[in-house]
Amino acid sequence: MSIEIIIDGESVTTEAGTNLVDVAAENGVYIPTLCYLKGKPCLGTCRVCSVRVNGHIIAACTLPVSEGMNVEVNAPDLLDMRKALIEILFVEGNHNCPSCEKSGRCDLQATGYELGMVVSRFPYRFPLREREVAAKHLWLERDRCIFCQRCVEFIRDKATDQKIFSIRGRGTTAQIEIDIALADRMPPEQVREAAEICPVGCIIEKGVGFNDPIGQRKFEIQSVRERALDIKDSAAESGHE
Amino acid sequence: MSKSNKNQTYSHDLPATPMDPDLQAARDEKIKVAMIGLCGCWGCTLSLLDMDEALLGLLDKVTILRSSFTDIKRIPERCAIGFIEGGVANEENVETLIEFRENCDILISVGACAVWGGVPAMRNEVQLSDCLNEAYVDSVTAVSDAIPTIPYHEDIPRITGKVFPCHEVVKMDYFIPGCPPEGATILKVLDDLINGRPFDLPASINRYD
Repeated sequence: MSIEIIIDGESVTTEAGTNLVDVAAENGVYIPTLCYLKGKPCLGTCRVCSVRVNGHIIAACTLPVSEGMNVEVNAPDLLDMRKALIEILFVEGNHNCPSCEKSGRCDLQATGYELGMVVSRFPYRFPLREREVAAKHLWLERDRCIFCQRCVEFIRDKATDQKIFSIRGRGTTAQIEIDIALADRMPPEQVREAAEICPVGCIIEKGVGFNDPIGQRKFEIQSVRERALDIKDSAAESGHE
Repeated sequence: MSKSNKNQTYSHDLPATPMDPDLQAARDEKIKVAMIGLCGCWGCTLSLLDMDEALLGLLDKVTILRSSFTDIKRIPERCAIGFIEGGVANEENVETLIEFRENCDILISVGACAVWGGVPAMRNEVQLSDCLNEAYVDSVTAVSDAIPTIPYHEDIPRITGKVFPCHEVVKMDYFIPGCPPEGATILKVLDDLINGRPFDLPASINRYD
């Protein structure tokens, strides 16, 4: 059913039930995301896509649009709030971009650039979370995990559909875990998918490091905003139609 | 600006030939800029010089009191703009940073180390004693028949328990991330500020690595 909603004062016609992040992108309005993957069930974990709908703050990826919604995306307070959310993620882990294999291909880093983060307003915590290197084809740099749960939900054992990744513990002691036996059964393309689906440098494919030269890395070729707004290209890029 | 005392002598208090009055007058008109390194690798200070010939275009307006070329410990007079490279990892860094804050109108963190601690802050994950033991006592390159010693002398600045970003020690006005930031990025910030434009790092040149 065709409906009308308002995004930042502009009237937009779309289909009822479409995801708000997608509706905004189709109309040239960038809403940053870290856990959301177009075409996959919504996770709603990172909250970086928070916008104001009819006066209430809500994560846009969790919201199917309906008639008459008044959506504010780029109000100054919302821009600052989303930037604060990114800054929180940067201090909660150890996001040492200069030494990270994912640099230039990292959604968190690219989103930081896009939101204009130059420093975090929060104190850096420098947590120590042991890395997990037991699996044959990939390892976990746990202090980079932002608990988006993309890997937990979308990377499953091909034969049994069991989860390979999981989160153990709560709060500051939570950490990402991997089922070694299941992980060692992952075919190479699934290993690569797991590494790519990770929006930070937590899941790293063994034997693959700083492959692309500086200047030719994923988000240097096309920024995260351009990818988000260029619907066709970004779908082809991530392989999720 | 510091004055020498009985324990230390600053270069600007040493006897020197007076500068040509015309040159001095011309220089007094200019915006004074300085850059110093704390706990970093001096890569960001080199990035300042990576402005290359673009620097010449700024020299009508600015004069650089301290850089890698003029390796003085303290700036001899108040500066409009101070760039800081490196985080705070020892007592000398604290003293230098406070001195710069007191003598610069605008203070800018340049590079990952100044902004959040950078590579030196990797030691923040462990206790300082573990870090020093790893480096000096249990080091794989320790001399086998020597008594392991963690260096200590009153002339060696005492190391801080953790590495701190500059803004956790003094107020910093602006931040240029990067490891190091490009010379062109530092140039843009400097050019904006001396021409009265606001600080602005668009996504296209903002880098954390």
